[in-house]
Amino acid sequence: MDVTSSNASLRRFLHGLPGVDEVGARARAGALATRSVKTDAKRHALDLAISVIDLTTLEGQDTPGKVRSMCAKGRRPGYGAPPVAAVCVYPDLVPVAVAAVAGSPVKVASVATAFPSGRALLDVKLADVKSAAAAGADEIDMVIDRGAFLSGRYLEVFEEIVAVRGASGDAHLKVILETGELGPLDNVRRAAWLAMLAGADFIKTSTGKVPSAATLPVTLVMLEAVRDFGEFGGRRVGVKAAGGIRDAKDAIRYLVLVNETAGEAWLDARLFRIGASSLLNDLLMQRVRMETGRYSGPDYMTVD
Amino acid sequence: MRFEYAPAPEARSIVTLRDSYGLFIGGSFVSGSSVFKTVSPATEEVLAEVTLGGAEDVDRAVAAARHAYERIWSAMPGRERGKYLFRIARLLAERAREFAVLETLDNGKPIREARDVDVPLASAHFFYHAGWADKLSYAGFGPSPRPLGVAGQVIPWNFPLLMLAWKVAPALACGNTVVLKPAETTPLTALLFAEVCQQADLPPGVVNILTGDGGTGRVLVAHPGIDKIAFTGSTEVGKEIARLCAVSGKRVTLELGGKAANIVFDDAPVDQAVEGIVNGIFFNQGHVCCAGSRLLVQESVAGEVLASLKRRMATLRLGDPLDKNTDIGAVNSRAQLDKITSLAASGEAEGAARWSAPCALPDRGFWFPPTVFTQVPSSSGIVREEIFGPVLTVDTFRTPAEAVEKANNTPYGLSAGVWTEKGSRILEMSSRLRAGVVWANTFNRFDPASPFGGYKESGFGREGGRHGLEAYLDVVAAADVVGGADV
Repeated sequence: MDVTSSNASLRRFLHGLPGVDEVGARARAGALATRSVKTDAKRHALDLAISVIDLTTLEGQDTPGKVRSMCAKGRRPGYGAPPVAAVCVYPDLVPVAVAAVAGSPVKVASVATAFPSGRALLDVKLADVKSAAAAGADEIDMVIDRGAFLSGRYLEVFEEIVAVRGASGDAHLKVILETGELGPLDNVRRAAWLAMLAGADFIKTSTGKVPSAATLPVTLVMLEAVRDFGEFGGRRVGVKAAGGIRDAKDAIRYLVLVNETAGEAWLDARLFRIGASSLLNDLLMQRVRMETGRYSGPDYMTVD
Repeated sequence: MRFEYAPAPEARSIVTLRDSYGLFIGGSFVSGSSVFKTVSPATEEVLAEVTLGGAEDVDRAVAAARHAYERIWSAMPGRERGKYLFRIARLLAERAREFAVLETLDNGKPIREARDVDVPLASAHFFYHAGWADKLSYAGFGPSPRPLGVAGQVIPWNFPLLMLAWKVAPALACGNTVVLKPAETTPLTALLFAEVCQQADLPPGVVNILTGDGGTGRVLVAHPGIDKIAFTGSTEVGKEIARLCAVSGKRVTLELGGKAANIVFDDAPVDQAVEGIVNGIFFNQGHVCCAGSRLLVQESVAGEVLASLKRRMATLRLGDPLDKNTDIGAVNSRAQLDKITSLAASGEAEGAARWSAPCALPDRGFWFPPTVFTQVPSSSGIVREEIFGPVLTVDTFRTPAEAVEKANNTPYGLSAGVWTEKGSRILEMSSRLRAGVVWANTFNRFDPASPFGGYKESGFGREGGRHGLEAYLDVVAAADVVGGADV
């Protein structure tokens, strides 16, 4: 029987997943955060971190000029660093971004489905998604309906993701779980499986618009979920940690977490992303320091 | 390209090793008649020469402890004793890196564990007991419980500084003085602790440290000037000590071996349970008396748990203990490595299936890969005997009753672990498991406020918490006082 055939069967499946012990998960994430990444390993990690960034601007005050400048930085961060994985913008700025990254490996991601709250009728959300896809977005970052999820209407969430999947066309679908609003880690695991069953290419921690964004324990649980989903016979699903990752040290902790949880196959922009804006400059500063032995100040890094 | 962690060794330069160390008697280092060498188990390099305490050295140390007990320490008000203990606790914390590096050098354990577990817990034990020193009247042993006198303490090599703290802190807090013998293969942090005692201006003779071998320990235990024996180590030696002290009137507490069951139910949080299994048996290379060396997993999830466990074991990083990214360090000594190797070989000979994590072992030093045995006959030596190494045996069960029966089917009873999301099952299991400590959804967690000790051949007496004070107080005399007052 297909577990997604009814809300009851979906519920039984999601609640039958092994629980997550919060204390244990935090302890494991904390232990991995003490890994020491130095010298050559750090050099490699800094470039790897840059190459998995979704360079993001999601503000009401965004302008085409700002998006163009961010895209230019994403294509050529400078100091010999590799390009970022993608830029992430609101749907109306997708055409600007598409033009600005044309000819480069940098993808354009667009948030959609009434980001960040997800509080709109399905038709409106689908129109949002279609407009972004039609404008040339390579990737769609959708938000799930947390209200429906928390009230146990899993099938509704599932069907909505399936509908968005359909509306996205060829674009890659990232499903934002907004873990800061889901409560216990058990729910994070359930939401992750729900999104994967519904066809997500990526599961993403957060919008960055609520106080609790990506954390190591939450990302750990999501990485375990994609690993288990793969072993269960499913596709390889990616993970995107977004929000609150601001410095190189933090970014490297996430790479360690990926390396030791899902495995090194996931250390690739096709399967792991970090959604961030100010992180890139810190990674570049660290990169310069490794080359010159000196820290350069923030004044030497461009503000986008 | 692979994401490799470059070597990240903790700097060794923080430790200043002397070429040779004397015995710490009466507040200063004195020389003895013969010496032996202590080596780093990771490289077999000689670290220092230490003195082998002989019978006359034991006499001197016990006399110094007796003198300090009668003249100073037993008469000192608790709040004053507490100040010294607080000072020692702070010094341990301040010199934490030095202690951690030295512990790792001498013992072979990963610096991550020495830094994050051994040293902070040792400091915490002194802080905790410092607080008790002036509150003993409220500990439940009568209005004015008296100390016992001079304590002879013999500690093992698996947690050298931490076991010292478990022994010395309560003894001193209760007003006793001590003669402590660290293990033959790991004397160095105890000797550095002696320096801390000097730095804290602890009155001479309150703490005496006699390095040496089993012979030194035997003389100490048999010494007529000792009032109390505290021993942590093997059950075999524990039994010998119990026989020696049987007719002497000495108080004895023994913390001995274990063969703990770690029980995983089908509703357990699998990923955390796997972490707990790993932490239960591979923490400190399995040189842990309360290690979860027998995994009992419910049959319906056995395949999933085992696959997950092996995958996790393959990520364990074995190597240079000073590297901050090392998870598994060196086995403490050649003798211990031989014992582990021969027990593992006997397990294979008895038909058990052996799987070791794929990791390269360094050429020098004493190393054993994390290993798991499945399809083990329950009569097998590897299930019955304490291996004290990174070797796990796996068995399955179908019902909680069967799990309890298997878990309790051992001469030991030090610890046990239960993994389930069901609270009622945790309570039910912990009431039926015959073990001094039952961990629920965790393993190998220690806290100075929590009493620790065993059932059956795992020893008697408790260390830590209010219960642990009893071992260093004359509770019989205190009860007489209370009784007398009532009549």
